[in-house]
Parts: sequence; structure tokens; C-alpha cells
Amino acid sequence: MNIHEYQGKEILRQYGVAVPKGSVAFSPEEAVNAAKELNSEVVVVKAQIHAGGRGKAGGVKIARNLEEVRAYAKELLGKVLVTHQTGPEGKEIKRLYVEQGSDIKKEYYLSLLVDRDTSRVTLMGSEEGGMNIEEVAEETPEKIFTEVIDPVVGLTGFQARRLAFNINIPKHLINKAVKLMLGIYEAFIDKDASIVEINPLAVTGDDEVMALDAKFNFDGNALYRHKDIVELRDFNEEDEKEIAASKYDLSYIALDGNIGCMVNGAGLAMATMDTISYYGGSPANFLDVGGGASAEKVKEAFKIILSDHHVKGIFVNIFGGIMKCDIIAEGVVKAASELGLQVPLVVRLEGTNVERGKEILNESGLNITAASSLADGAEKIVKLVG
Amino acid sequence: MAIFINKDTKVLVQGITGSTALFHTTQMLEYGTKIVAGVTPGKAGSSVEGVPVFNTVEDAVKETGANVSVIYVPAPFAADAILEAVDAELDMVICITEHIPVIDMVKVKRYMEGKKTRLIGPNCPGVITADECKIGIMPGYIHKKGHVGVVSRSGTLTYEAVHQLSEAGIGQTTAVGIGGDPVNGTNFVDVLKAFEEDPETYGVVMIGEIGGTAEEEAAEFVKNHMTKPVVGFIGGQTAPPGKRMGHAGAIISGGKGTAADKIKALNAAGIEVADTPAVIGETFIKVIKEKGLYEKCKTH
Repeated sequence: MNIHEYQGKEILRQYGVAVPKGSVAFSPEEAVNAAKELNSEVVVVKAQIHAGGRGKAGGVKIARNLEEVRAYAKELLGKVLVTHQTGPEGKEIKRLYVEQGSDIKKEYYLSLLVDRDTSRVTLMGSEEGGMNIEEVAEETPEKIFTEVIDPVVGLTGFQARRLAFNINIPKHLINKAVKLMLGIYEAFIDKDASIVEINPLAVTGDDEVMALDAKFNFDGNALYRHKDIVELRDFNEEDEKEIAASKYDLSYIALDGNIGCMVNGAGLAMATMDTISYYGGSPANFLDVGGGASAEKVKEAFKIILSDHHVKGIFVNIFGGIMKCDIIAEGVVKAASELGLQVPLVVRLEGTNVERGKEILNESGLNITAASSLADGAEKIVKLVG
Repeated sequence: MAIFINKDTKVLVQGITGSTALFHTTQMLEYGTKIVAGVTPGKAGSSVEGVPVFNTVEDAVKETGANVSVIYVPAPFAADAILEAVDAELDMVICITEHIPVIDMVKVKRYMEGKKTRLIGPNCPGVITADECKIGIMPGYIHKKGHVGVVSRSGTLTYEAVHQLSEAGIGQTTAVGIGGDPVNGTNFVDVLKAFEEDPETYGVVMIGEIGGTAEEEAAEFVKNHMTKPVVGFIGGQTAPPGKRMGHAGAIISGGKGTAADKIKALNAAGIEVADTPAVIGETFIKVIKEKGLYEKCKTH
């Protein structure tokens, strides 16, 4: 789960990490009031969307007086911002963050994440902060420094110090940088984050080491123990169908094609999409119904697939292990009859209780095309959709 | 022989009184798996399908000599269940549970350093040695005894591959689902090494997916240490790049992790990769025919 920059900064503040003063605004009026309270010569008006690359795309404005704040707020609110991380459709700006301007002497890069290669939380830093960090990593990897963190002791002072020296934080500010890194690590662990990225981290003219941006991504599996984080979720930033899916614990990702897919298991779901593409079709979605689906859940999955008007046919591919084929079959029948299914439906069932599952489909009297294998099913649905 | 588990493996089921565990305990018993004990705190003295239940793993091991545990407990308690099994010095613990918080697994992996227990999973279908021992949630009937090892990051895609092999008359030694979580126990290399050392296994099917670098490391191992033929498949070839925030993931993976990169790495190691998941079995048969192993692998 992602949150906005201003929410991330609020968390960092609670952990003693230096961040500029600021507040969120939903209208130009609120933006002007926020700026008044800051009482600062320079104010930064920042679009709040769940994507990086806002600066390059024109979503961050520097205002020198209240009139400029109002003008920029008017310009940004309601605008669709397209960055290299939003996809071509972009994201509508509905919130702004109005922040005190900082006298930046130098920008650095800092992030924490779980590294699957080492199975550890890893701190990464570079003195080449700012907008082109991925290029830095590719062209000059020696400028990226990492510290692998032992969960028993957490991020240690010496590791934070070593990283601060490696990325050339000015000597007299090393302790401030260390305090900031330790605070970010504590927040990361306490809140079950999977990524925290500070880009840029800045050293300022008045000798502060500050987080000028904050991107938090949280581990969805740990949200059950973080009610405070769940409350920060912004539904405006998510696809409606994906929101509906998450309510029923279904893993759904909308795609551009016209063949709706319902599969159990992420690997098989991806493989099913691959096979549909191989036969010349185009999947409308990724949908993993997971291990413990009920007939009710299967029905909801159908509803979500059908709410996408591009869908011209549905392919259900189930290889039951923990998931029982008869339960899937019941759900499919229930959904198809209650929702008055208008598009072709191909079902391939294999695995636990498969015979019972096939019986249920046969007895239903519904127009369901049975498939004998993954390839057979993919070929059939591609043909039916035409 | 096979690897990791066989007909003598004594299995302990953690969380045995939960509904999922109950269902699969019955299925495992029907398959012939020797389930000697169950653990549910507070339920000692009761029994499930004739299997005695204990309060702690330690008690269960002391009373029954169980050497492998399988975990079905809900995600918030699963990491603790793994720790308990490791503390009791079991040979292997297989964690079926999905959705375990990743930080919990980071701690589990650290705790396991230097300990004797092997962890399979979490978020995996389990391990099965055909006709001998099934531990997990896979449908038993698709597995036929034979000479091919199967290892996979994806549960249901493992079934797909095994099913294709069995339909084509190619039996298996052991199928291992290592799970798709970012932080897990046994990896591809561990399993490939075990298959290479197992005299009954003549060839291996390896199923990976996008993300991480486990397949690249496996390719390196195959190139340098394996004499047996390996056939691969990578799921997610047509998956669009995920919407993401920030750059940290891209920087740490160093540009690796795409399906194209993985296929390239596998090919470079002499591993043939199936074009679609529907032809994993076919591709394997083509390769073993070329190596003159088809007759030896054909079991039924």
C-alpha cells in the first residue's frame, strides 16, 4: 500500500526525522492559508499523487508570495499529471502539499527496503540525489552505497555513520545524518514498510539534514497490525475494480485486453496470460482468486471481471490444490446465472475434487465451454472472442 | 531415494485443528503420508483423524519422533510456528501459510542461521515424493513415481508441469514448491543440488517467474555444477511492468528480474526454456530424447 508524501513526512516527524514544515490543502483557499501559516519567503506547492517523477512533470512549483501560491494551486488541482511512473493515462491531482521552501546546498539519495537476495533490510545511499538516480545506479554503480542490516540489532550507529561518510555528508553534519537514518529505520520497522525512499535528502544552508521527499510503501500482509496506516489509504489513487477486489481479498490488476481471466495462484495466472497472448489473444486482467476462495468470492470475482466493459469473453483456469474445484464450479454457476452472463465462458478445471466440479458445471445447463488443458482453454477462448 | 522426504518421513502438522489443516491432513493420510502428530496450543490430549494432538512442537517430537513439520497456522502466527519447529530441531519445516509479513520472515531467516532445520516456503504448495509421502496441499493424484525432479516458485504452475509430465508417461521423483515470497527458505540452488546428488533423478524441470534474481543464480549453478538436463519455464513473460513508486526496487535489482533477462540467463547456461506453460512437458521430452534419456525416464 502506498501513501502520499505529506503522510509519509508526518510519520517521519514522529520518529524525529527532520522534514520541512508544511500542511496538506484540498483547495486554493486552503493552500493560501497553509502558506500564510508557514510565514516563509519561499513556499513549495507539491502535487500529491502516488507516483514518482512529479518534479520533472511539472507537479512541483516554487511560489514567492501568496498570489503565486493561489495561482499554482488553481493550476495544479484537477490537472492530470503524467509522469514516467503513472502510465500514459496519468493521475488527477486532488491534494496539494504546501511546504516551507528550503535553502538546499546539496541533494542526496537515501532508501530502505527489503532485499530479497540477502533476506535483510538494506539501507542505500548516494551523493547523487535528485531526479536521475536510476541512471546513476546503472552508469556509476560505485556511487551507490549499501548497508545490510541485521534484524537482531537493527541499523547500528557505525553503519549509518559509514554510509554518511561514504556519500560525503559534510563532517560537521554526520551526527545529524546518523540520527535521521536511525529514525527512518525505526519508522520502517515499526510500521512494516517495504520501501522508504528519501529523494532528495538535503543538506541546507542553515546546516540541517532534511528529508525533502518521502515515499512509503507498506507490506500489505502486515496491514492487519497497523490500523493507523490503513486509515491513510487514498482510494482516489486506486483503480475501482482493484478496490473492489481487495475487499474480497482477490488479487486483481486491470490490463488493456478483452479476455477476462480468473485463475488460482499468481504463477498460473501469469502463465495463463502468457498462453492467451501466445494464441493471439489479449488478457483484460490478472486475477488470482487465491487459496481459500468461497463460492461467494468467486461470484465477486466474476462481477469485477464483468464490470470491465472491454471484456468479450472469460477464461476460468483452475488447478485445485488448496482450492477445491467443486467450490469454484459452484461459484461459477452462481455467478453466471445471477449475473446473466452474456459473453462466452471457457472453464478448465483440474485438481482437488475435479470430478465433482465438472459434474456441477454439466448439471447447471449453462452455456459453458469445457477445456481439457491450459492450451486448449486459451485457444478456445481466443477463438470465441474472435 | 528421491529428495528431502520419503516413506519413512514422520510428519507433524502445526495448526492441525484449523479447517484447512483438517482437510489436508485427511488428504495426506489418504495418500499414505505418515502423520504422527499434530500441534495446537491448548488442545493436547485430543486427536484428529486418529493423530494425537500436542500443545507444543517439543512435546510432539519427544512423544512421536516426528522429523518434518508442515505449517497451516494463520499468517499472524506462522512465523512463530516456524521458530518453534526450528527450536525443536526438526530436519525440515514446510510452511504452507501465505501472507506472512516480510519483516517477520527476515527475523525468521536470521534466527535459522546455523540451525539444522531446512525451511521450505512460506506461501508454497509443499513437497511430494510420488507414491511415498505428500506434505502440503498439492493434488496427489497427478503425481506418478519416476525419475524427474520438479522445482517451482509457483504452486499451481507446479501442478500444471507435473500434470503434463504424468500425462506424457514421465514420472517424478520429488516435486518441491519453494514458494513465491520475497524472503523464503530453500531456494532453487539448494533443490537443484539435491536433485543432482540423487541417483534416481535423471532430469529436472525448473519453473521460475519474474522478480528477484533466484533464476539467474540457479542458471549459474546449472552451468557450473549440474550434469543432468534441466528444462525451464518463466511465468510472467507478458505481464506489464508494475505501477511503482520510487526507484529503490529498480536500483537494488540492477535491472535484473524481467522474464527476458531470466530466459537469457537460462539459455546461456544451456537450459532449454518452454515458450508457453502449456508445452513444459513437451519441451522436457524433446530435451531428454536428445540426451538419450527418454527410455529411462518413461515410466508408464
